Amino acid sequence: MHRVYMDANATTPLAPEVFAAMHPWFTEQFGNASSIHFHGQRARAAVERARDQVARLLGCRPAEVVFTSGGTEGDNLALAGVLTPGDHLITSSIEHHAVLHTAERLQERGIDVTFLPIDGSGAVDPGDVRRALRPNTQLISVMMANNEIGTLQPVTEIGVIAREADVYFHTDAVQAVGKVPIDVKAIDCDLLTISGHKFHGSQGTGALYIRRGTHPLPLLFGGPQERQRRAGTENLPGIVGLGQAAEMAQAFVAGSGPARIAALRDRLEQGILSRVDESGVYGAASPRVPNTTNLWFDHLEGEALVIALDLKGLAVSGGSACMSGATEPSHVLTAMGVLPERARASLRFSLDTAATNSDVDFAIDLVPAAIAHLRELSPTYNRATKHEPAASGIIR
Amino acid sequence: MIDTVTNPKTDPHRAATAPRTIAVAMSGGVDSSTVAAMLQAEGHTLVGLTMQLWNQRRLAGREGMPKEVQGRCCSVDDVYDARRVAERLGIPYYLVNHQERFERDVVKPFVAEYLAGRTPIPCSLCNNHLKFDQLLLTARQIGAELIATGHYARNEFDEVSGRWLLKRPADASKDQTYFLFGLTQEQLAHTLFPLGGYTKPEVREQARSYDLGIATKPDSQEICFIPGGDYKRFIDAYLDEQGETMPDSSGELVTSAGTVAGHHEGIHQFTIGQRKGLGVASPSPLYVLSIDPESHRVTIGSEDELLTRTLTARQLNWISVADLTEPTRVRVKVRHRHEPAPATIEKTGPDEVTATFDEPVRAVTPGQAAVFYQEDVVVGGGWIVVGN
Repeated sequence: MHRVYMDANATTPLAPEVFAAMHPWFTEQFGNASSIHFHGQRARAAVERARDQVARLLGCRPAEVVFTSGGTEGDNLALAGVLTPGDHLITSSIEHHAVLHTAERLQERGIDVTFLPIDGSGAVDPGDVRRALRPNTQLISVMMANNEIGTLQPVTEIGVIAREADVYFHTDAVQAVGKVPIDVKAIDCDLLTISGHKFHGSQGTGALYIRRGTHPLPLLFGGPQERQRRAGTENLPGIVGLGQAAEMAQAFVAGSGPARIAALRDRLEQGILSRVDESGVYGAASPRVPNTTNLWFDHLEGEALVIALDLKGLAVSGGSACMSGATEPSHVLTAMGVLPERARASLRFSLDTAATNSDVDFAIDLVPAAIAHLRELSPTYNRATKHEPAASGIIR
Repeated sequence: MIDTVTNPKTDPHRAATAPRTIAVAMSGGVDSSTVAAMLQAEGHTLVGLTMQLWNQRRLAGREGMPKEVQGRCCSVDDVYDARRVAERLGIPYYLVNHQERFERDVVKPFVAEYLAGRTPIPCSLCNNHLKFDQLLLTARQIGAELIATGHYARNEFDEVSGRWLLKRPADASKDQTYFLFGLTQEQLAHTLFPLGGYTKPEVREQARSYDLGIATKPDSQEICFIPGGDYKRFIDAYLDEQGETMPDSSGELVTSAGTVAGHHEGIHQFTIGQRKGLGVASPSPLYVLSIDPESHRVTIGSEDELLTRTLTARQLNWISVADLTEPTRVRVKVRHRHEPAPATIEKTGPDEVTATFDEPVRAVTPGQAAVFYQEDVVVGGGWIVVGN
């Protein structure tokens, strides 16, 4: 079956160049980066080269990069590492669960948390951040780009507020890497999370930028790896791959790639919306990452639409998956004030950097037809469109 | 016995010999897994679906509910098993979330029925609202023509009456037709029960031969969403979660002669025919005879007094006939583990049937279903409102 993948915000394929860079470090070029001997030195050099690559991507010093197992670990380390009972955390209600659920857990341990509300724009209001500040505010954590609707958050403005208030600022940049430029100096953040597999690195890799002078308490204790900020033998091939992927992401963002992807995304969006009535797009009034669009189609179940499209070869996403894998209404859309029926009738398309015109054509052909089929089975759509005789009219 | 002739155009079993796109309701258990393997072997295009209906952790630890999750319905383990079976068969598999509908159409009515002094059957509600309504809709939405389930029942088209029939399965001990009496003609026309012709041991043998890895799993319990089967605790925990207080339905325990024999803490703790937990000392065994939701009075008496000659049922569904037009001889099943008893049924209202039994039957219970059989054919059924 011809399959088209439009779920890059979930994961991306490993780039061939990344795979090639990783490959020798699984086998002949093995070594423990902590060892004194040749093999250890060779591994150490590879890890530090990767650290340089990631530092260049983020605009920071290599010593400010800590390798992690991914976005979830980075977010956990950032939040749990700087907050102690009695502190206050400001975060938004549209964060990834890696931040939201960590914040809820910290709440149980005696940390005050403000979950900022969000409006239909899908972006945090910096004024809300300022108004939420308290004397005991220790950390602000607002994501750089939302994973579900792609809206870019006003991190630069929030960075200014954090600096003025002298509180730590963390941003989850997992969905921003490889889509928009990232410069920790410009954002003026203290902590920034990235995840390798969202930009063609391997799953199980990531990094946390920790500004010099910021000392989060580690999550993991053991050896002195990562300057005692993250114990455990380095994931050598994964880190090498992350470095290679970072270099490629930096080059991609600096080139014409994002504009090309944005044009494809816009054509996809318009192509579907113009063929489907009672539909719309979320967050279009806000700046968005170039690859993401989240559309709603009334009178249908997004879950069934995702399955129907998958069975025809198009991979997209609705809502977020719960423990067992069933779809739950998106907390992001719910926080934006979207009614549950519409939140359940929503679909996220996220294009990979390799997306083509013919991929978009495939989706523009498939999606409206699948929606028409689903709506045929929907009692509310039929009621809404068919002209029923008036109640007082003649019904034979 | 009603003579049936299969119609190749409309009989799903016959039609199923041509490759079709079929959605298989997979629970991760032996029965539905075997259904998937059998249909796969016949060359159909399959899609495996599991309905996520209830979160077992939701009420854990609340109001005395076990902290550890015990129930198996929609557990992560069962979904894991279903996924593994689908993966072994090489068929696409999806988990679909119907928790809201399950809560609305099964859990809430279940709780309300108990609070009203009746004894509900959530499985029938689940079949009517989820498995054969919502799942069939989902199946159609994703492009499947039919659904297949692991129920022990048979269905076939009867050319003489022009109706779809629901029939008891080959394995009488696994007969699930009692829970399926609410199926409409439309639902029966689009459903396959591939296990209807097999016994459970034969199905386990098939599961073993297909090497599905689940052949030795135990049978599931009857009320899947209640860990340990303690429905009283479940109701307490659910009401607590909903921020509702248990309505005070405490009242008197009275004998059939009208003597007050004691006091009880709430009518939802009783079911007709119940013997344990009455808290009344008596030389001979006492049973719950009736529950009055208005006065909260629970009447108790001897086993003889449990016998009733008639019952009235409403919210009827007819299967082998379009409607009941004249008094009809049938056998009536009044609870799951009940051998159908000979009776005459007749309409006593637009949506009401009264069954008069040849011999009195024991413990006819409001809230349970009365299902009418002629030989192995389900004529129809309804919900018991009263037995006399």
